[in-house]
Amino acid sequence: MRIIKPGDILPSDITPRETYLNRRQFMAGIAALAAAPAFAASAPAAHGPKLPGTKPGRFSTNEARTPFESVAGYNNFYEFGTGKSDPAENAHTLKTRPWTVAVEGEVKRARIHDIDEMLRLAPLEERIYRLRCVEGWSMVIPWVGFPLAELIRRAEPTGNAKFVEFVTLHDPGQMPYQRTSILDWPYVEGLRIDEANHPLTLLAVGLYGEVLPGQNGAPVRLVVPWKYGFKSAKSIVKIRFVEKAPNTAWMRAAPDEYGFFSNVNPRVDHPRWSQARERRIGEFFKRETLMFNGYAEQVAHLYRGMDLRKFF
Amino acid sequence: MRLPASLSRRQILWGKTAVWLLCLAPLARLIFLGLTDGLGANPIEFITRSTGTWTLVGLLVTLSVTPLRKLTELNWLIRFRRLFGLFAFFYACLHFTTYIWLDQFFDPAGIAKDIIKRPFITVGFSAFVLLMPLAASSSQHMMRKLGRNWQRLHRLVYFIAGLGVVHYWWLVKKDITQPLVYACVLAILLAMRLPGFKISTPNKREAAS
Repeated sequence: MRIIKPGDILPSDITPRETYLNRRQFMAGIAALAAAPAFAASAPAAHGPKLPGTKPGRFSTNEARTPFESVAGYNNFYEFGTGKSDPAENAHTLKTRPWTVAVEGEVKRARIHDIDEMLRLAPLEERIYRLRCVEGWSMVIPWVGFPLAELIRRAEPTGNAKFVEFVTLHDPGQMPYQRTSILDWPYVEGLRIDEANHPLTLLAVGLYGEVLPGQNGAPVRLVVPWKYGFKSAKSIVKIRFVEKAPNTAWMRAAPDEYGFFSNVNPRVDHPRWSQARERRIGEFFKRETLMFNGYAEQVAHLYRGMDLRKFF
Repeated sequence: MRLPASLSRRQILWGKTAVWLLCLAPLARLIFLGLTDGLGANPIEFITRSTGTWTLVGLLVTLSVTPLRKLTELNWLIRFRRLFGLFAFFYACLHFTTYIWLDQFFDPAGIAKDIIKRPFITVGFSAFVLLMPLAASSSQHMMRKLGRNWQRLHRLVYFIAGLGVVHYWWLVKKDITQPLVYACVLAILLAMRLPGFKISTPNKREAAS
């Protein structure tokens, strides 16, 4: 395993050959767009620098991965627009250095992590997870990151820490759609402490072995594969340990449609559409949605005895 | 540039050709994007959204013919209204086909459940069904045959356009900007039909003096 020392060149400082080539490809794409404005399609998403020293982790699925172009080109990240290709087009304004993540609240060791120091907190693993969006589509994404539990352990939560709150950056200068009131900014998400400590729960810093693209929630995001995608907060600046369940952004926006748990559940429909099936991006036929997005074996025990229709 | 007050048969023919090309452009774009891998990560969603959008645009363009005719006093505009209306129906058919074929893959149980249980689909489906008699009765022959009832029947289009906007409104997750734009345009177009709404143009004032 490669250990990054403070003197080493940071992954973010390197611009590999593919990125140059990608820029050229991008420019060629721009030229094509200029030639046929009426038929404009979005430009391919640019790759980030490689993340060195990533080793394979647990729980990975061997299902076919969704191509990088789709993972980094089809996103919900309302801070950069509500269209699926808006984030890929607009996230270039996000500055991921310098970046800090405040760990605070009901912990013995509250502290502010610098992002580059956070990258060295625990060995980076590749986890190939399914992602199911509440809108009825899904992907298979090779994330790079480490279990959130590693950070929690170091923070030493007190007995009062029943929930964990995740807060996304709030800076309309970098996130243009925060000037609109689509959601009540900043974006807030939350997990119960046992969910946060679950070995599946990941703090992701990359995908496809590369630094996370801005549109996917750079520089650090949450990945909770058994819950609908919106639970996995992006571009996190604060992780707060609290006693009461956080009032999340989507609960504030539409409490009857988005609950605190939001576990993937084919038997509990969204009030306006069915959750029984999903379209895997790249596939023609819809497939059946699995309980807890196929992670029931790992997580079902967390909800034993709970009415999942009531706690949706 | 001033438009002539009346058009020759030849000019009407050219005009109709232009309307055909204009109305087929969204379909041509979809085919072009489909052939060049340009429909994005979720092509079926793209096609559904696009055909739905052009149905709404078609309906609003159709509804704007009469107010525009009153404003400009260009009576020949009416000659193109049916074409716009039929193209709106054409895109509605594509939209519905996309849903039952590409989205649901002819699953009758799934479709029936959707139509009954999902309000936004109920509303959209109703709008589509109500468009059918209008499209079927659009010919000169049917106009003559139905007489005054033709206009009564075709006033349904106001209600259908409303259903179309509601269909869009209820479908979006949070950002209602787009549906709101369509709702505002429709509201203006309907308001211009109210009996109290008088349009005074410079031409009219000149004529009066």
